[in-house]
Amino acid sequence: MSTQTEVSLDELRHLISDRALTGETVLLNMGPQHPSTHGVLRLLLELDGETVINCIPDIGFLHTGIEKNMEAKTYLKAEVMTDRMDYMNTVGNNLVYCLAIEKLAELDVPPRAQSIRVILAELKRISSHLVWLGTHALDMSAMSTFLYCFREREMILDILEMCSGQRMMTTYIRPGGLWRDTPAEFEGAVRQFLKIFPERIDQYEALLTKNPIFLDRTKKIGVISREEAVQWGLTGPTGRGSGVAYDVRKVSPYSGYEQYEFDVPVLHGGDVYARYLVRMEEMRQSLRIVQQALDKLPYGPVRSDNRKYVPPPRSELSQSMEAVIHHFKLWTEGFSLPKGAVYVPVESPRGELGCYLESDGGPKPQRAHFRTPSFVHLQALPLLAKGHLVADLVAIIGSIDIVLGDADR
Amino acid sequence: MEDQPLKEQRIKAAVEAIGDRFLAEISVFRGETRLTLAAERLVEAAQALRDEFDFDFLTSLTASDYWPQLEPRFHVVYQLYSNAHHIRLCLRVPVNDRDPVVPTVEKIWRVANWHEREVFDMFGIRFEGHSDLRRILMPYDWEGHPLRKDYPLGYEEPQFSFNYSDIQIRKNRGRYEEA
Repeated sequence: MSTQTEVSLDELRHLISDRALTGETVLLNMGPQHPSTHGVLRLLLELDGETVINCIPDIGFLHTGIEKNMEAKTYLKAEVMTDRMDYMNTVGNNLVYCLAIEKLAELDVPPRAQSIRVILAELKRISSHLVWLGTHALDMSAMSTFLYCFREREMILDILEMCSGQRMMTTYIRPGGLWRDTPAEFEGAVRQFLKIFPERIDQYEALLTKNPIFLDRTKKIGVISREEAVQWGLTGPTGRGSGVAYDVRKVSPYSGYEQYEFDVPVLHGGDVYARYLVRMEEMRQSLRIVQQALDKLPYGPVRSDNRKYVPPPRSELSQSMEAVIHHFKLWTEGFSLPKGAVYVPVESPRGELGCYLESDGGPKPQRAHFRTPSFVHLQALPLLAKGHLVADLVAIIGSIDIVLGDADR
Repeated sequence: MEDQPLKEQRIKAAVEAIGDRFLAEISVFRGETRLTLAAERLVEAAQALRDEFDFDFLTSLTASDYWPQLEPRFHVVYQLYSNAHHIRLCLRVPVNDRDPVVPTVEKIWRVANWHEREVFDMFGIRFEGHSDLRRILMPYDWEGHPLRKDYPLGYEEPQFSFNYSDIQIRKNRGRYEEA
């Protein structure tokens, strides 16, 4: 074992205890290809028997250089790349990028567009939590939950497809509003979903919440205290399970969230079970928001009139020379944002998703950085996993709900 | 929720105190307050912001490259948030091209660990005092820092008619070398 020369641990030497070098503990590679790591995540585990002494996450397997690529494209073309980062929360990624553009350009968004943005963002939040629930339960061998969750998720994907033509990577939210107005079937479909979903959540809870096997596997596992959660920057349901009462929708409301009444569940257990309960309750609260937004949905345009940023509708092109010029400039060179930098945070199902957008006055971003919650939460994984068994590690990774596209970009 | 005037007073108080003590330049843009300060004063200012003004969350740490301008070439940007008072603050630290070093704030906010690794990986800015400064997104033996502006995007160049022969030579070179 010690005479192998292909693999060198030099760059990780300072993170591993001395017991590993004498062979007392085992270094196990929970490699990038693994069904339970929720993506291409490599974990180097130092194990004493079955107990994890240390866990070193190695990310970057899904790094596709999105931020660098965005600097080479115009703002609208770069928006397409934002969908692909956190592929479970594509609407939220589009939203944060468009909010950053709108803040920098001081662009107005009509109220109907804001309400529909909220509806779609909350539906995507529910869809992301359904995937989380299905895969988390699946990792702990509760296999039927997975199929039930995906059945409901299909309804949400159908709604997104009817709006934008795409199930996941919609790019439906554009700077200034939405790409186009929702079709006539939209409201009916969303109401149908709102009608059936509450009892479905009850069904998932009936399967898991009081299940003794589930409780055994999730209670007192992966505990993190509130102070440590703040130090390690845990936000979203991961932080709220530990008592960090921070929800961007309440603190820095965007897109009209201040008009909706909803609660933000905060628990203090700090373990996997607390995070599970927080997310289940969040799904119910998201339904409340969608209900209110749908009831109050105003009529009106769905995109801003500011022709410097929003292309004119094609019907105007035959009548107005200015429309032709704006159309030409916007689709060839793209719009230019004023010089400056903004940071806009948004609540993604994982935590605080922030977009730092800096413009140098040209049509391409000078710097577009996304503060992604999965990247930040993976940092805390060694802290959460110390002293637990390998099987618990699987539960912990599931509970912090990482998406590797989000972590690596 | 605090109302606007009280929030602004708190930001004003924090920003002015830090600005005077650490000679930081204060500016406000689109409702965001930002302090630009020198790298040497960063750690003390960050400590003061966390302890005296309750900025307990470091929400984002990133950098921006202004090549071909070399003095300063980079700006390291910190986004701070205070959970108790619900206010946000932005810190910017200019970094030169010749010796891009910034002291680490890892001891103040543990979350900075991976963020600084990412900035090192992507821009080549070293963080003095960091416990584990190695590449995070790129492979460990990669050369170069991808997000710098003088690093190529790295895609294959399309072969149009105006550059047909140039690219054809490059394509053929490999083939003749085989024979």
